[in-house]
Amino acid sequence: MSSQPVSFEESVPDNLKGLVSDWSSDVQTFKVRWSKAMMWIFLVSDTFIFGSFLSAYMAVRLTTTVPWPNTSEVFALHVGGSDIPLLLIAIMTFILISSSGTMAMAVTSGYKKQRVKTGVLILLTALGGLAFVGMQMFEWSKLIFEEGIRPWGNEFGAHQFGGFFFMITGFHGLHVSIGVIYLTTIAVRVLQGRYDRLDDYQIVEVAGLYWHFVDLVWIFIFAFFYLW
Amino acid sequence: MSNMSEQEKHFKHPSFYPGDAPETEHPFSLYISVWILLFVLSGFSYMVDYMNVEGYLRWFLVTVFAFLKAGLVVGVFMHMAWERMAFLYAITLPPLFLLALAGILAVDGAFIYYIRDLFMSLTPS
Repeated sequence: MSSQPVSFEESVPDNLKGLVSDWSSDVQTFKVRWSKAMMWIFLVSDTFIFGSFLSAYMAVRLTTTVPWPNTSEVFALHVGGSDIPLLLIAIMTFILISSSGTMAMAVTSGYKKQRVKTGVLILLTALGGLAFVGMQMFEWSKLIFEEGIRPWGNEFGAHQFGGFFFMITGFHGLHVSIGVIYLTTIAVRVLQGRYDRLDDYQIVEVAGLYWHFVDLVWIFIFAFFYLW
Repeated sequence: MSNMSEQEKHFKHPSFYPGDAPETEHPFSLYISVWILLFVLSGFSYMVDYMNVEGYLRWFLVTVFAFLKAGLVVGVFMHMAWERMAFLYAITLPPLFLLALAGILAVDGAFIYYIRDLFMSLTPS
């Protein structure tokens, strides 16, 4: 055993191992767990994607001299002999907010390391997401096959409507679908007791962040695309 | 957990940080009240459409309700309200650049509309 002091370069070599070491050293700004910080940073980047989509939609909607389609009419659902505006969207909003609620409870149960309760609540959340995607499929097929809305045109007004509708809600739907797969994976692992063995339920909170973000994006799509 | 040395904790989970205080536990009732509040706010947004509020009041109300809901989701559901300020600002300030993007695009969009309106009115019909 040598008493020679080891230089920084020797102890932390500048290769892949050093790269990992540099990023995981004790020097830190954010006093949160790495997984949580990384998920948040991913969500910030995703915010920019959706923000750009919605800004582009706003810009194009401003430029059209043809009136924008009236969303209350386009998305009306015919129930019991009368058209109820945005009914399906209201139900979808209800389901997504509820799934966010169950996810928040799953995270709290996770802190308390309640295995079954956490797993079941995450599965409930995933089920809500699945219902949401299913209703979105119904909405899309109604719009495509019955209303004849295409990315390049429609009968209700400005032609750009379809393109933005399919791009924005499609990208959001993709996020929900990925979220359902993600949450199901986490739920299975929770129920299998993997996080009990690790004595660490942090992953549930990280997955929860993703899911709440999907809900967050929907709030803005609901406001700016369906209601504005 | 408490009788474990720091090194053991590191070994147990690579992402463990000494500054990582145990998460504050919140009762279910907090989440349920926020949940209900989100429903109420969504209901208000929906009523704006249902009652055919138009023009600036419609846009104002819809935007206000959306941001209130977003604040509740980020603050309570995503626990941002209990994060340290360094983290809170690092995450929430960058998206504000989107306001600049939206502002610039709004000016540009209005200008394009103006030009289109001008030239389309010149075209003989």
